[in-house]
Amino acid sequence: MQPEATEEERVKDMTLEAYADTIVPGEKRYPEDRAIAGAAPGPGSVAAGALELLNFDATGVTAGLPYLAQSLNDHAKAYAGEVELELDHDVPPFVALPYEHRRELVNRLTTPGHPEKDGWVSLALFCNMAFDSAAHKHTAEAIREGHPGLLALGYTEPDADGFWRFPKYGYGRKLAELHPDTTPSGSPA
Amino acid sequence: MTAIDKTDVVIVGSGFGGSIPAYHLAAGGAKVTVLERGPWLAAADFEHDYLLGSSYTRAFDFVVGDGMSVLGGNCVGGGSVVYFAAMPRAPRFVFERHGSIGRRMWPSVISRDTLEPWYDRVDESIPVSKQDWSDVSYAGGLWAAACNHSGRTANPAPVAVDNDTCVNCNFMMAGCKFDAKRSMLTNYLPAALSHGAEIRPLHEVQRLERTEDGSYRVHFDTVDEEDYRVHTGTGVIEAKVVIIAAGAGATPVILQRSEAALGEMPHGVGRYFSGNGERLNTAIIDEDRVREVLGLSREDGPVYSANHIGKGPTVANWDKLDGSLPEYERYSLEQLYFPPGLGTILAQVPGGEEPRWYGAEKKEILKQWANWLTIFLMTEDDNEGVFGTPPPTGNAYRISQQMLGRGSLRYDPTENTRHGWALADADCKAIIEKDGLAKVAPWTNDVVGAYTVHPLASCRIGDDAATSALHPNHELRNHPGIFVTDSASVPGALTVNPAMTIAALAERSVPGIVRELQARGVDVKYGAPSPDGSITGRRAVSKLDLVAGN
Repeated sequence: MQPEATEEERVKDMTLEAYADTIVPGEKRYPEDRAIAGAAPGPGSVAAGALELLNFDATGVTAGLPYLAQSLNDHAKAYAGEVELELDHDVPPFVALPYEHRRELVNRLTTPGHPEKDGWVSLALFCNMAFDSAAHKHTAEAIREGHPGLLALGYTEPDADGFWRFPKYGYGRKLAELHPDTTPSGSPA
Repeated sequence: MTAIDKTDVVIVGSGFGGSIPAYHLAAGGAKVTVLERGPWLAAADFEHDYLLGSSYTRAFDFVVGDGMSVLGGNCVGGGSVVYFAAMPRAPRFVFERHGSIGRRMWPSVISRDTLEPWYDRVDESIPVSKQDWSDVSYAGGLWAAACNHSGRTANPAPVAVDNDTCVNCNFMMAGCKFDAKRSMLTNYLPAALSHGAEIRPLHEVQRLERTEDGSYRVHFDTVDEEDYRVHTGTGVIEAKVVIIAAGAGATPVILQRSEAALGEMPHGVGRYFSGNGERLNTAIIDEDRVREVLGLSREDGPVYSANHIGKGPTVANWDKLDGSLPEYERYSLEQLYFPPGLGTILAQVPGGEEPRWYGAEKKEILKQWANWLTIFLMTEDDNEGVFGTPPPTGNAYRISQQMLGRGSLRYDPTENTRHGWALADADCKAIIEKDGLAKVAPWTNDVVGAYTVHPLASCRIGDDAATSALHPNHELRNHPGIFVTDSASVPGALTVNPAMTIAALAERSVPGIVRELQARGVDVKYGAPSPDGSITGRRAVSKLDLVAGN
C-alpha cells in the first residue's frame, strides 16, 4: 500500500501536471479535473506519463521538481497580479491560470534571456518526450499498452523479436535528374 | 609507489578522428592506447528503444550551450556510431573559403585536389557506397520528386551503409543493430585491435601535463557505465605523443583545462567553432497533393506517410553548391530523418501563432508526424562559436544520467550566418510548398539555441597562427607532440555532411604523426593497407610528398 500523498506533494504534482499539459495539452480526465486545462482533444502529455517520466531519476531533473513547482506557482502569482487576474485558492496558482495565461507564462519563462530558462526548457523537453517518445518505457511495450503519444505519432508494433524492419521502403524509381557536376563517386564536384 | 602506465601514443576519443590514427599507428608498430569516455557497445547492445538508459541515450551526448547545442557521439566508435552515414566529399569551393578572416581559411597545402587521395583511402576503407534510386527511401524519393517539380536536380547521397543488410528501420542513431552501418566498429577499430591497440571505454580524459622528458601525462577519470555523472576513479597514463580526437565539442575543453600545466594555448583553441551552418526544417506533407502533383504512391495504400521508414538522409539537393555564388549563399538541402524526442520538440507549427514549438497546434502536427519530411540545411556560417570557462570535468555539467548536459559554448550568429540560413529556408520553402505539396517551418533556435549534429573548427588547422590552433600537419601550435585529428580540426563549415572530410583529414594526419613518433624514438612505420587489406589507397598516397620518407 502506498503512503498517502502529503498536501505538499499533491500541490507539486498538480502544478507539474498543469505545466506538462501546457506543453502537450489534452482532454480532462474527469469533469472536475483542474490540472488539465482541456485545451486540446485526446490524451496529452499527462496521460502519456509526464509525471512518471519526470520522476524517473535518469532525467536528472527529479530532485529539482519541488523547487520548480514552487517557483512556477510564485511566477503564476506574480503574473496574475501583473495582468490583474483573480486566482481562486482551491488549487495552486499556476493551475488556477486559464490555458492561454499558462501558455503566456511558459512563453516568458522559456524565452531566450530569461534567467531560469534552462530549467523550464528541461522541464518542457521531458514533458514533450513523455508524449512523443515515452522515454520512461520500453518503446515496444509502450506501443503494446496503447501509449497515446506513440500511437498518435503513428508508430506500429515491431517484429516479433522487438525490432522494426521495413522491407518496402521506397518508390524504387528515378525521381529527378542528377546534378551535372556530380563526380563518379557520387559527390559534388 | 605505483608505476605509471606508459604507452607510445594516447588517443583521446575513438570516433573517426581517433580510430583512423589508432589503426595506422598500431599497424605500424606503435603501442597505442585509446581512452574513450563512453561505453563500448556492439550490435548486440543496440536497441530499437527510446527508453532512457537504452543504447539511444548511452551512445550519444546532447550538450546545451548559450545559443548553440551540440549533438555528438559518446561511445567507442564515437560519432561514427550515431551518425547517419552520409559521406559526400566537400565541394571544391569550400577549401577556398575566406570566412570572417579575409583570407583563405584552409592551409594552402589542402584543397579538394590534394585531399582527394585521402578521400579515396577512406572510401576504400569504410567503404562508402554510391547509392542509386532503388536505395532511396520514401522520404528521399519525395524530396527528389519535389526538387524535380521545382526544376531542380537531386542526388542520392553517397553513404557508408551496406544496403543489402539494411532493414530501413531508421534506428541507426541508436547504433546499428544489424551492422549495416559502416561505423568505426566495423572497420578501423577491429583492425586496430588486431594490431594490438588497447581501447579503454568509460575513461574520460580531463587534462594533460608535460613530463620532464617532453612526453605527456594524461589524466583521466573513470565513469560509471550507467550514470555518467558518477566518476568512479582517477588515473594517469604517459605517452610520447597524444592525439586529441574527443570531438569539436570536447577537444578544446580538454586543452583549455590543460593550459595551467602546459602553458598558453594557441588563440584558436576553443574559438572559431562552427555548427556547419546547420538548420532543420519540418515539412508537413499533404498526401493528396503529393499524389496529384507528383504522381507518387506507395504499394500499401498511403502516398508517403513514411517518416520513420528509411535510413537517415538518402537524397540531397546540391543546386546551390555553386562556387560562382558569393560566400554565405551556398548550401545544400538534404532530406533527413530525425527521431522523436530531441528533434520533435524543436519543430514548429508552419504558420501558427507564437510560440509555435509547444501547445495545442503543435500537438496537432505531432499527430501528423508520419507525414513529416525533415530537410537539413547545411550553409556557410561565420565560425562565431567561443568556448567559455571549462566545467570541472568533461565538457559539460551533466544534467541527466546520460545524454543531457550544459556546456560553456557561446554562439551568437552573425548577419552572414543569418543571411545564409534565411536564403536556405526560403529556398526550401519554395521547393516544398510549391503547388501545395506541404507546409514547412524551420526549427526554432529559441529553445536550445541553434543546433548542430556536426560541430567543427573549435581547434582548427590553418597557416595563420592568429586564427588557427593547429599547424597544417595537425600538430598543436607551440605544443609539439600533441595532435588534433577530429572534427575540431576542420577549419569551417563544409556545406555538406562532414564525416568524409573529417576522416580524410585524419588519414592525412597520420604520416606526420608517424614522423613525430620516430623522432621520439618509437619504432613505427607508415604504410598499412585499408582495414580489409586493400592496397589501392595506400599505393595512391605513397606517391605524395607528405608520405615520402616513411
